[in-house]
Amino acid sequence: MTSAGSSGNVIAKYLPVYFILLAIAAVEIFLAYQDFSTARLVLILLVLAIGSAALGLMYFMHLAREKRSLFLSLIPATIFVLLMMNMIWTDSIRLLHMRPFAH
Amino acid sequence: MSESDMAIQGHGGALMEESPYAIPSRKLTIWLFIISDAVTFGAILFAYGYLRVATPDWQAPFKTGSIVNVAIMTFVLITSSLTMLGAVDASKAGDKPKALRFLASTMVLGLVFAGLHIREWFGLFDEGIKLNSGLFGQTFFSITGLHLLHVISGVIALAVVARKYSSGSLTPGHVETTGLYWHFVDLVWMFVVPLVYLTNIAH
Repeated sequence: MTSAGSSGNVIAKYLPVYFILLAIAAVEIFLAYQDFSTARLVLILLVLAIGSAALGLMYFMHLAREKRSLFLSLIPATIFVLLMMNMIWTDSIRLLHMRPFAH
Repeated sequence: MSESDMAIQGHGGALMEESPYAIPSRKLTIWLFIISDAVTFGAILFAYGYLRVATPDWQAPFKTGSIVNVAIMTFVLITSSLTMLGAVDASKAGDKPKALRFLASTMVLGLVFAGLHIREWFGLFDEGIKLNSGLFGQTFFSITGLHLLHVISGVIALAVVARKYSSGSLTPGHVETTGLYWHFVDLVWMFVVPLVYLTNIAH
């Protein structure tokens, strides 16, 4: 079954998302040349990147139009796995200062 | 009717369960693949972050020219996602010539991205930054190489799908599935740019 509609309409419909994605990229590049510490810059850029990804997922990949159960099956578990990877940072900072392992 | 009769005639009936999430199995499969690939890229980016934090003298080689190149590459890839949207929608509307034009545009933009990327790599080689030239080289070329492999694979997949869709052996659903993969490749780039390029600008 095919849905009706012309691709001209869909391009026009998603142009705002397209321009927002370009704007986010431009803002990221601008911020990279400002006087932020690396940690603060990474945090800001990550927030913007997550925003871009969310827009791409929901609109370009049409996840917003799918059943809620698909979103709930895919996204929370993925976010959980990615968040769990953050356990590495304490070891990374330990390595930076050449501290031994905790006994 | 026996089970073998149903199988031969392709009658789903009581043997087949409804598709979960009300989508075809090929669409669910590509979503599951996207999730697994996202976690893979997440792991490689976390590994890069781990090494970067742990290394006090991390190399930051990207001058303005590199960042301008990255900006152009980002524009090209985001635009290719837009043309992919057009291809999927045109195919669903039954407008095959339009869908094929949008698919061709997406492939061209993908090749432009790959060309700019490889040119950037050769620029770094000339500066002495290679895969075996320290932690930065190893992480940078691993991450961008993996992404470039996805882009090139995507272009090949688009070419195959376009040809088979044109001949009628593939459906708009297949175009949509390939589109999901292409959008994912774009999403990954949105994390690679800030984490790998923008945090390594030469000041």
